[in-house]
Amino acid sequence: MAASSLSDSDKRKNMPLEYTTEEGDLRIVGFWIFMASDLVLFSTLFATYLILQGSIGNGPSAKDLFEIGPVMAETIVLLVSSFTCGLGTLELRRHNTKGLIFWFVVTLILGLIFLGLEINEFYVYSVQEGAPIHLSAFLSGFYILLGTHGAHVTLGIFWVICIVIQLAQRGVTPVTARKAFMAGLYWHFLDVVWIFIYTAVYLTGMVI
Amino acid sequence: MIENIKAFLGDFFVTGDPMIYGADVSIALASIAIVVTLTYFKKWRWLWDEWLTTVDHKKIGIMYIIAALLMLFRGGVDAILMRTQLALPNMNFLDADHYNQIFTTHGTIMIIFVAMPFIFGLMNIAVPLQIGARDVAYPYLNALSFWLFFFGAMLFNLSFVIGGSPDAGWTAYAPYAGPELNPSSVGQNYYYIGVQISGIGSLMTGINFLVTIAKMRAPGMTLFKMPMFTWSILITSLIIIFAFPTFTVTLALGLFDHLLGTHFFTIGGGGSPMLWANLFWFWGHPEVYIVLLPVFGIFSEVIATFAHKTLFGYATMVCSMVAISILSFLTWLHHFFTMGNTAPVNAFFSLSTMLIAIPTGVKIFNWLFTLNKGRIEFTTPMLWALAFIPNFTIGGVTGVMLAMAPADYQYHNSMFLIAHFHSTLIAGTVFGVFCGLHYWWPKMFGYLLNEKLGKWSFWVFMISFNVCFMPMYFLGLMGMTRRMYTYPAGLGWGPVNFIITIGAFGMGVGFVIMAWNIVWSAIKGKRDTTGDPWGGRTLEWSIPSPAPEYNFAHIPKVTTRDAFAAMKEDKKRGREQKPKPFEPIHMPNNSGIPFIMSALFFVAGFGFVFKWYWMGIPGLIGVAICMIARSFVYDDHHHIPTDEIERTERATGRLS
Ligand code: HEM
Ligand SMILES: [Cu+2]
Repeated sequence: MAASSLSDSDKRKNMPLEYTTEEGDLRIVGFWIFMASDLVLFSTLFATYLILQGSIGNGPSAKDLFEIGPVMAETIVLLVSSFTCGLGTLELRRHNTKGLIFWFVVTLILGLIFLGLEINEFYVYSVQEGAPIHLSAFLSGFYILLGTHGAHVTLGIFWVICIVIQLAQRGVTPVTARKAFMAGLYWHFLDVVWIFIYTAVYLTGMVI
Repeated sequence: MIENIKAFLGDFFVTGDPMIYGADVSIALASIAIVVTLTYFKKWRWLWDEWLTTVDHKKIGIMYIIAALLMLFRGGVDAILMRTQLALPNMNFLDADHYNQIFTTHGTIMIIFVAMPFIFGLMNIAVPLQIGARDVAYPYLNALSFWLFFFGAMLFNLSFVIGGSPDAGWTAYAPYAGPELNPSSVGQNYYYIGVQISGIGSLMTGINFLVTIAKMRAPGMTLFKMPMFTWSILITSLIIIFAFPTFTVTLALGLFDHLLGTHFFTIGGGGSPMLWANLFWFWGHPEVYIVLLPVFGIFSEVIATFAHKTLFGYATMVCSMVAISILSFLTWLHHFFTMGNTAPVNAFFSLSTMLIAIPTGVKIFNWLFTLNKGRIEFTTPMLWALAFIPNFTIGGVTGVMLAMAPADYQYHNSMFLIAHFHSTLIAGTVFGVFCGLHYWWPKMFGYLLNEKLGKWSFWVFMISFNVCFMPMYFLGLMGMTRRMYTYPAGLGWGPVNFIITIGAFGMGVGFVIMAWNIVWSAIKGKRDTTGDPWGGRTLEWSIPSPAPEYNFAHIPKVTTRDAFAAMKEDKKRGREQKPKPFEPIHMPNNSGIPFIMSALFFVAGFGFVFKWYWMGIPGLIGVAICMIARSFVYDDHHHIPTDEIERTERATGRLS
């Protein structure tokens, strides 16, 4: 690690807690870059989906399959979870461990509800409506794009659980603050991806 | 029961071929030899503490290079097998199946498990030293990258003896690679999963080095004072970050077609085989620049050092690399001009491809102008660099020929193409990594490689390279296509092929001489006591060889380009700064998690190759447990006390 010169550490003192160490700073920068690469990953999946959207083979089309109800529910739950996660970050700024943990736990619960709704949607489509993943290219693209998002959410849930435990053990320190801050970024990122899914998959699917 | 077990084992292990049994025996013998040696010399603890758990960028770099050299050996044996089969018409050395498997493993190994890790190794060693840093931004992640690459490579290589190798080419085009035409899946799954595991490591390396270079340069080193190799790695990292996620998805979708029965690239169910080609090359073309830009950086360093001049046209060097990196994302379609695109589409990609020749040409001229009126010293690294210029230019010119879409209908998938990309990959990447290997060897190990043996290996390899690949262009023009396992007599191809095979063996000899040089020099090589054996210009030469654990006892202050050359100049004029007292140095702790986690990835991957979910899923759960365990590690660094720094510096003669 490069030794931080005096002026550098002076500058850091006035920063939010997660930026007060050089290491925290480095990791947050790296995390932004990671999210950029994850965006490329999702872009590839979106491109694939949009190309295959019309290739329905013997299966149903998007219009036949999608229903607005469950999709709206998922969207609202996820957007609200992003809001509660943001409230958590505000508590982080106030160095309020309890408040941060509270909002993170609320976020976790909403995340789990979202996952439950999504799994149920998959179940309805693939079993009840008889449109499983291996029926057509359109369905493959659909399940894998949404499944990748869902897998990200699942990973996020495990991550936030770890962070909540560490917050309970150690309180808000530069290290736990950094982790909580990064998890917050990640959660908002997944929200943004969902908004694209909502538009590119569901809205266009039901309209066009 | 017994019959069942027999049938299973017969499928599981590749049987019925003496070559494979030979491989089985040699793998078993080599493993036993390693275990016995380690046990006999009581070196297990040492291996674990010093290497398997290390997070030191220099050691990780050395491990990358060792692995890359081993893989180069395997890929080279594949090449020699192919060339033996093609030496004469109607040869019966390999059958068609075998030939397919061998060109597939050769291509995949050479690109993914030789070129990439060799470059990662050299950049691990040189970049932190060039920018005056004590490590990379994320040392732990760096170790994880290495072990993911390593276990990915091991998984891929296992296919040779267990289950069977992939045979759909390194490009794994659908639908041939897909489940419809490749129903056994095993070989193809090895490809998807082995390459995937190491690809994740590559992506993390890209992020790691981008942040390292962006944030950890020594005070005073602005972007435009960075050494050219560091510049090349910065740009390469950006390409990695934007190209590799696409590949991650592509491989995953290919795997899902086999495991889940999805219809991404299939013929039936509305799948699109062309989608594979597009996605693959959207990563694949940037990939060739990922393995090329870093060696441009190496050549820039070496040419400036041994011409004893600053690099000519620094800013244009940087600009042309930036231009290349952008254009590299706009040319992917030139790999399938012949696959039914409309004329305007072909025209666009034809032009974008030819455009790349301009910044590349600028670089070539910059190197030539650096040499102009320089005091050229013909060391081994310099020979590789000088040979690169004309040989690579031939590859570039034939590349422009291939870029003309209408003409490509003639060249496409012929031996002309094979000759073209070997001219760029060997005269570019391989010459480059050999050049870097000789150049930085003293910094890695504290002694020099022997110059005489080095020159022998250079001349033998370089001449053989031309004997092998120059005639191959003409063979392509005579009509021989690639991936052709044999050919009838009477087409006039026989003699040319025979010459090519002689060249291939010659390159093998060159490689053996180099290996011998490594062994010889380890025993008798000249020690590098100064830390600056070549009269270097950049900061890595300002510290002892091999570099101490913490690299720089004091972080250097940089005022100009070629920082170390300027420091030496200052010293001559007596304007040296007084040494300050040492301060304790903050260093990251070793960790066993990267090794264990990657091994679990290997286990999971092996399970998925055979669709053994009972093995794959617990493997992945193990990976998750490792990640959670790491999240709870807080005690992850230590400080090197000042008296230890003082002792180390004194031992290398830096303190009187
Ligand atoms: C030691 C010198 C080498 C020799 C003699 C050699 C020879 C060959 C031959 C005979 C083929 C197959 C041609 C065909 O029938 O289609 C081939 C393919 C290939 N080689 Fe090499 N090669 C060498 C080094 C390399 C290196 C250093 C790289 C990359 C860094 C490389 C990358 C490839 C690739 C990507 C393919 C295409 C595989 C495919 O068709 O899927 N080769 N090489
Ligand atoms: Cu290309």
